[in-house]
Amino acid sequence: MASSFARILSSKRKVGILSLVGAGSLTVGFFLNREQHVNAGAQVRRIYPPSAEYPDLRKHNNCMASHLTPAVYGKLCNKTTPNGYTLDEAIQTGVDNPGHPFIKTVGMVAGDEESYEVFADLFNPVIKERHNGYDPCNMKHPTDLDSSKIRGGQFDDKYVLSSRVRTGRSIRGLSLPPACTRAERREVEKVVVDALAGLKGDLAGKYYSLTQMTEQEQQQLIDDHFLFDKPVSPLLTCAGMARDWPDARGIWHNNEKTFLVWINEEDHTRVISMEKGGNMRRVFERFCKGLQEVERLIQEKGWEFMWNEHLGYILTCPSNLGTGLRAGVHVTLPRLGKDPRFPKILDNLRLQKRGTGGVDTAAVGNTFDISNLDRLGQSEVQLVQTVIDGVNYLIECEKKLERGQDIKIPAPISQFK
Amino acid sequence: MPFGNTHNQLKMNYTAEQEYPDLSKHNNHMAKVLTPEMYANLRDKQTPSGFTLDDVIQTGVDNPGHPFIMTVGCVAGDEETYEVFKDLLDPVIEDRHGGYKPTDKHKTDLNPDNLQGGDDLDPNYVLSSRVRTGRSIRGFCLPPHCSRGERRGIEGLSVEALGALDGDLKGKYYALKDMTEEEQQQLIDDHFLFDKPVSPLLLASGMARDWPDARGIWHNDNKTFLVWVNEEDHLRVISMQKGGNMKEVFNRFCTGLTKIEELFKEKGHEFMWNEHLGYVLTCPSNLGTGLRGGVHVKLPNVSKHEKFGEILKRLRLQKRGTGGVDTAAVGGVFDISNADRLGFSEVELVQMVVDGVKLLVDMEKCLEAGQSIDDLMPEQK
Repeated sequence: MASSFARILSSKRKVGILSLVGAGSLTVGFFLNREQHVNAGAQVRRIYPPSAEYPDLRKHNNCMASHLTPAVYGKLCNKTTPNGYTLDEAIQTGVDNPGHPFIKTVGMVAGDEESYEVFADLFNPVIKERHNGYDPCNMKHPTDLDSSKIRGGQFDDKYVLSSRVRTGRSIRGLSLPPACTRAERREVEKVVVDALAGLKGDLAGKYYSLTQMTEQEQQQLIDDHFLFDKPVSPLLTCAGMARDWPDARGIWHNNEKTFLVWINEEDHTRVISMEKGGNMRRVFERFCKGLQEVERLIQEKGWEFMWNEHLGYILTCPSNLGTGLRAGVHVTLPRLGKDPRFPKILDNLRLQKRGTGGVDTAAVGNTFDISNLDRLGQSEVQLVQTVIDGVNYLIECEKKLERGQDIKIPAPISQFK
Repeated sequence: MPFGNTHNQLKMNYTAEQEYPDLSKHNNHMAKVLTPEMYANLRDKQTPSGFTLDDVIQTGVDNPGHPFIMTVGCVAGDEETYEVFKDLLDPVIEDRHGGYKPTDKHKTDLNPDNLQGGDDLDPNYVLSSRVRTGRSIRGFCLPPHCSRGERRGIEGLSVEALGALDGDLKGKYYALKDMTEEEQQQLIDDHFLFDKPVSPLLLASGMARDWPDARGIWHNDNKTFLVWVNEEDHLRVISMQKGGNMKEVFNRFCTGLTKIEELFKEKGHEFMWNEHLGYVLTCPSNLGTGLRGGVHVKLPNVSKHEKFGEILKRLRLQKRGTGGVDTAAVGGVFDISNADRLGFSEVELVQMVVDGVKLLVDMEKCLEAGQSIDDLMPEQK
């Protein structure tokens, strides 16, 4: 792993300097000699030994707390990433938020791409636990954004009210939201907004910066359910992601309002493709096309996404590694939703249900948000196919129950293909 | 970054202009003072423990403020912050503390015998009396920047020192993370328990990290002397009791503080103090004495008088609701306390409260009797 990172960093050094334009512009020059200014390997300030600094995790129930033994803490607490990110910073959110007896949160974040490498002794077991046994040391993650491989994917609109696919992308070479400086965050904004401006056809759209939007624009974005707010969840604020809000944050969407990008919220970018109705196939097609276009556009300027063959796409939270993909539908299942076998059916199909308000909300009426459970270890195509096949099965069950027929719990599908 | 010091140079990859915060919608002391030039001059500096300008101002960047309330918008991470970043903090201090100059000297006076009167505020009107301040232990980083080990060190030293108090100051420590449910309920009923801060002003500066590790409450058996450990400052010290005997409250306050300071010195530690800024605390607004001396007092008539605000201003007092800062008064009962912290000694400030509250109660009685208070109007102190 270490050598691949070294190669990535050295290839970035060969990238030409972007021109530094004159007064009033925030264009950033990407210095060839970046490492000169960086505190690579700087000594972490220590007055007390690790045993005096080790956090009290006795009342904690998150993945970080499960794996951060005093030995691991002692081994990692004096290390820093080349940008200077430390273990204490990575785990702060998990120390501050002990968790819930029933919901196991991750409890740590990455401040930059190298965090996953420098603190691998903690990240790897956390990733393994969170992603059901995926071992970054000896497994490879498949990336596949070829939407032509999808079979089916057009659901009955009578049941499926809307379809949506989301993921995130990080810009290689810039720190992630917990650790980025204001200038780095502004650079992320600039790089992404420049790329999005190059989208054409049904993807052409407009950027709305949070600091500059008018009241009318704000109201429209609220009505479209596009506007994101300053995070209030302590899971995010304790990790430092809300610093300097709303500087360099914004929302981009295409004119047709079916492709949406959030900039500098919990990740550098969150990319969302969605539409009303059950055409998941088209939603995923647009998703892939949009992502590939944006990638091409940033590469033209010498940038790339954070990605490696073990962890797939690198995002702030370890729970979003791999594909970072959540593909889901809002589906009405009045009978199946009340059937006691419903949770087991979902489980075997590797799906999860949420209320239509998003994670942690309860379902209202008979409409459920159904999406893939997994993120890492399977490709985008595989996960979306899982959702399509699964939702088809759920609708079949609903129809059977409508006709008074019995339903079956399907055999569990395998996790890592 | 709170506690961190290892990426202080990362921002130097970018120009000052690229890093300068957007303060166009801000209304706090920091935003008024921090020009791009000042930012450029200070941004590569750090205190010996690694606290930087961006750490100082983060809370002010994240909390633009309110059009009517002027917050400070910056904090210290250690004692040296006030020196290393004096170009920013001196004008902030001057603005916040009524023109206090960088060359001014602050007088400390914790001799309660110097207080005149104060033992006879009418308990029919003055429901309770209270004096609070803060203290920081020299050599340790302040709450925005301290590590878990440092915070635990502060707790350990404080508990040891407080454990040696005797007489009417003898008491007990309740660590937040170890207290039983009964202890917790008792502390709530006594109005002693403090909670994890929810104010974004405090959260944005990193003071709530690792909660509730190394936080706790100590109070004496009589429940008249109370110390908060590792909340917004290393120590917050409170003396209080029902009724209007501010003299007794202040006596205990001074005696207790002096004893605690002696006990710390015996162990080789002292409080952060210098002759320019007095006692050094996390927020610049609490420098000098860090003292807020006040009463809960019934003033239903005076408070409705058109000159109430003017009277308070002349007496150098401020009003709050009885729920504390930012609450409204309920049933004509106000929290009246000194407006100043720095540039006046402890005795002087409590004297202003004692004299001012006496006058306010006299005015209240006049208005009750239907008399005018015009000839009671005070001069500007």
